[in-house]
Amino acid sequence: MSSYRIQGTTGEWEVVIGLEVHAQVVSKSKLFSGAATAFGAEPNAQVSLVDAAMPGMLPVPNKECIRQAVRTGLAIDGQINKWSRFDRKNYFYADLPQGYQISQLYHPLVGEGHIDISLDDKNPEADVKRIGIERIHVEQDAGKLMHDQHPTMSYVDLNRSGVALMEIVSRPDMRSPAEAGAYLRKLRAILRYVGSCDGNMEEGSMRADVNVSVRKPGDEFGTRTETKNVNSVRFVMATIEHEANRQVDVLESGGKVVQETRLFDPDTGTTRSMRSKEDAHDYRYFPDPDLLPLELDDAFVEACRASLPELPDAKRHRYENALGLTPYVAGVLTAEVETARWFEALLGEAAAKQGKGEEAVAKQAANWLTSELFGALNRLGRSLDDSPLSPLQAAELLALIGNGTISGSIAKQVLEKMLETGDGAQTIVEREGLRQESDTGAIEAVVAKVLADNADKVEQYKGGKEALFGFFVGQTMKAMQGKGNPQVVNELLKKALG
Amino acid sequence: MTDLTELGVAAIREGVAKGDFTAVEVAEAFNANVAAAQGSLNAFIVATPEAALEAARKVDADRAGGKALGKMAGVPIGMKDLFATRGVQTTAASHILEGFTPQYESTVSQKLWDAGAGMLGKLNLDQFAMGSSNETSYFGNVVSPWRRAGGDNAPLAPGGSSGGSSAAIAARLCPAATGTDTGGSIRQPAAFTGTTGIKPTYGRCSRWGVVAFASSLDQAGPMARSVRDCAIMLEAMAGFDPKDSTSLDLPVPEWEAGLSANLAGKKVGIPREYRMDGMDAEVAKSWDDGIAWLKDAGAEIVDISLPHTKYALPTYYIIAPAEASSNLARYDGVRYGLRDLPDGANLQDMYAATRAAGFGDEVKRRILIGTYVLSAGFYDAYYTQAQKVRTLISRDFEAAFGHCDVILAPTTPTAAFALGENSDDPLAMYLNDVFSVPASLAGLPAMSVPAGLNSQGLPLGLQLIGKPFDEQGVLNAGLAIESRAGFTAKPEKWW
Repeated sequence: MSSYRIQGTTGEWEVVIGLEVHAQVVSKSKLFSGAATAFGAEPNAQVSLVDAAMPGMLPVPNKECIRQAVRTGLAIDGQINKWSRFDRKNYFYADLPQGYQISQLYHPLVGEGHIDISLDDKNPEADVKRIGIERIHVEQDAGKLMHDQHPTMSYVDLNRSGVALMEIVSRPDMRSPAEAGAYLRKLRAILRYVGSCDGNMEEGSMRADVNVSVRKPGDEFGTRTETKNVNSVRFVMATIEHEANRQVDVLESGGKVVQETRLFDPDTGTTRSMRSKEDAHDYRYFPDPDLLPLELDDAFVEACRASLPELPDAKRHRYENALGLTPYVAGVLTAEVETARWFEALLGEAAAKQGKGEEAVAKQAANWLTSELFGALNRLGRSLDDSPLSPLQAAELLALIGNGTISGSIAKQVLEKMLETGDGAQTIVEREGLRQESDTGAIEAVVAKVLADNADKVEQYKGGKEALFGFFVGQTMKAMQGKGNPQVVNELLKKALG
Repeated sequence: MTDLTELGVAAIREGVAKGDFTAVEVAEAFNANVAAAQGSLNAFIVATPEAALEAARKVDADRAGGKALGKMAGVPIGMKDLFATRGVQTTAASHILEGFTPQYESTVSQKLWDAGAGMLGKLNLDQFAMGSSNETSYFGNVVSPWRRAGGDNAPLAPGGSSGGSSAAIAARLCPAATGTDTGGSIRQPAAFTGTTGIKPTYGRCSRWGVVAFASSLDQAGPMARSVRDCAIMLEAMAGFDPKDSTSLDLPVPEWEAGLSANLAGKKVGIPREYRMDGMDAEVAKSWDDGIAWLKDAGAEIVDISLPHTKYALPTYYIIAPAEASSNLARYDGVRYGLRDLPDGANLQDMYAATRAAGFGDEVKRRILIGTYVLSAGFYDAYYTQAQKVRTLISRDFEAAFGHCDVILAPTTPTAAFALGENSDDPLAMYLNDVFSVPASLAGLPAMSVPAGLNSQGLPLGLQLIGKPFDEQGVLNAGLAIESRAGFTAKPEKWW
């Protein structure tokens, strides 16, 4: 896989990376209270008595959050622990009303699982590496402090306080920034397929603590640092890049890496120390006496399993094997759940419109989607989510190509017009007279005129300058305003040129 | 006309229902006693005479309108100031919560109001329910209405932590009151004041809205002057609450209807480990009386062994402070209650100043102990070990209940002590809990009933410990003692 190495003055260094990803669970209410979880509400508008830790308030687990975490565990092939328990992690901070976070240290909900990543964009079946996941546990998020609202005081917003998070802890199995990036993207894709986390790193619903150490290849693990709360894939990769180089510099200048918590500064792309192990909190974890152990029965776990959608790897394999798509195209179409959903909707409509099986139109649909539509959306600065074109409209266009009404190149024009006007493909073709000309008689007449007008070039062609064939095709198409059926034009030109 | 304040829960409810007197008359009578005693007994932190009258008026109106009356209709009660009461200051007897007025009502108090009870006021207690004498209250200690015979007028402890409750009941300031029991906080004050109180099985009464001390032990229960009154009130307080994850999802039995002092066919266990060397002779004598009374009621007496009893107190004083150290972290000056913000203070300074000023010494002591036993390097030696011993103590009871239906023991090692007597010796104070703590650790129902007076004229209590969910067995054995002990003594009024 990755042979990423840092070149130091004393030789090559290998980077060892583990990620702890905090993923906000998609649920209407918080982990232990009925308060809402929507992003962007007015400060302290979504705070229950429990979230504010009023005297005598008690937590009651939200079953939906547990269900989402179990589904996530199943999606990474994790071991589902039918007996787990909540622990209190005790520390004082103004954004932590209870003075403790309810988490799971000793008995997490999900045990050992894994995710397969590939670094080869052209072929996701190649260069596959398995990244171990040690555990997923469920815990409460803290509130938010705002330091810029008052000259001497900080404000506290408890809207996030008590929101359910999954902490997904990887094994230290990654060896390069690229691997870490691939892991994060794959994990995010899986979470979004499952629907247990929206994966929105900008809004903070997914963030990573990045553990980095360096060693000479083959040596024991070095001392690691943990960079907290990094909130984009790019920043995670930058953190690793910077942190690994910093550690190599420290070690090569005779120093020691200090086990500590660090912060990433997106403005400078560097990390800085937040607190060292010596000032680390003693969290005094102990089982939360307000909560009973969490016990799941087989029926619950099986219902979670049955509710899982087809996951990205399985879908990609199916696209390759059943639909005959290339690994590259299948990879592109399955990388994000929205793309796969759009493609499958298009596939269904296209097959129906053309009266064929899905596998018969799959390549056409996949290639058109990944090249034509993606290209057009790119130019418009839009994504599939807010595509002005629906799968049904796209299927109509594909059907016109499929039955020979328009050529592929005319289809490009039609697509532009569809995006411009919002009109249907058929309407545009009729209105603009873009219907393809396949009548041999009509084309023969044009061909004859083109050859007659260019007698000198015909001589050269016949004299062996075969490259001129393209010129004749171009002239013929031009004369027909691009509407000649390219196949028929080719055939008739070949015939006419002998 | 009878003195209404001499009546208990059942008598008041029946008198109101029959029209012998009105609920308002009852509330007025108790309101007057509360007001008259406040300067001397200090049983209430806040009196709420208007709340008592308002509830009484509603009961009288309901009766006049022919509506069905609740289990506690017309009965004014005292509410331990550990229960959150909407719109009424709730302090846990601490400075840190002084002035805190909840916008919510605890499940247990709401159930009592729904059953027709009214609130005379918020009762004093040991701060955060930590204490056995009421001396840890920020609002001054409660004084027991009892005094030693023979001219020694030393003010006595009403017990703790529910000492406001016990004193108020004994002094006829209320016919009944709520208590909470973490390691004996209902039973010990009941024993000290000649009153009756039951801690039900852990989970019977919702903890929602009760200021937490030690979550795995805290349990609310009724205190009154008779077993029947406790049964009535417990029925009103108990029941499954989806807002408390540790609440028992079981129907509430009809304990009052099930009362029977006939113990024929029942076996009463006498734990040999509770008969300690140097035991107070009068306490031992009252235990023997209890054995004789239960025999008389038809029970068979059997010796049982609870071998891990001697580890109960140290176990309790690890687990309860551990949980408390975490439960009390929320009192940080950020959102409610006291905030002490010295000039130029940062967040840490504010925490330190607020908590130093807001918590009393005993609370601080337990937070320190709890923090210590949970800290890295000590956790296994203390907390983990204590949890293991707690399991062994529960198993002791399980095994013992293979041989008996209910256990009889003294409630406390001595009668009430004088205020100040133990206050500079925390260990001597903790020893008060020696007989009550094991049942708490095992989550078992346990009650204290008055058994008589000692030679100094002070009440002694007997404790009955039952199987999980068998409050009925405990109440019935309590009733058998009550009906034979003939305890009618009351403190001579001096306040």
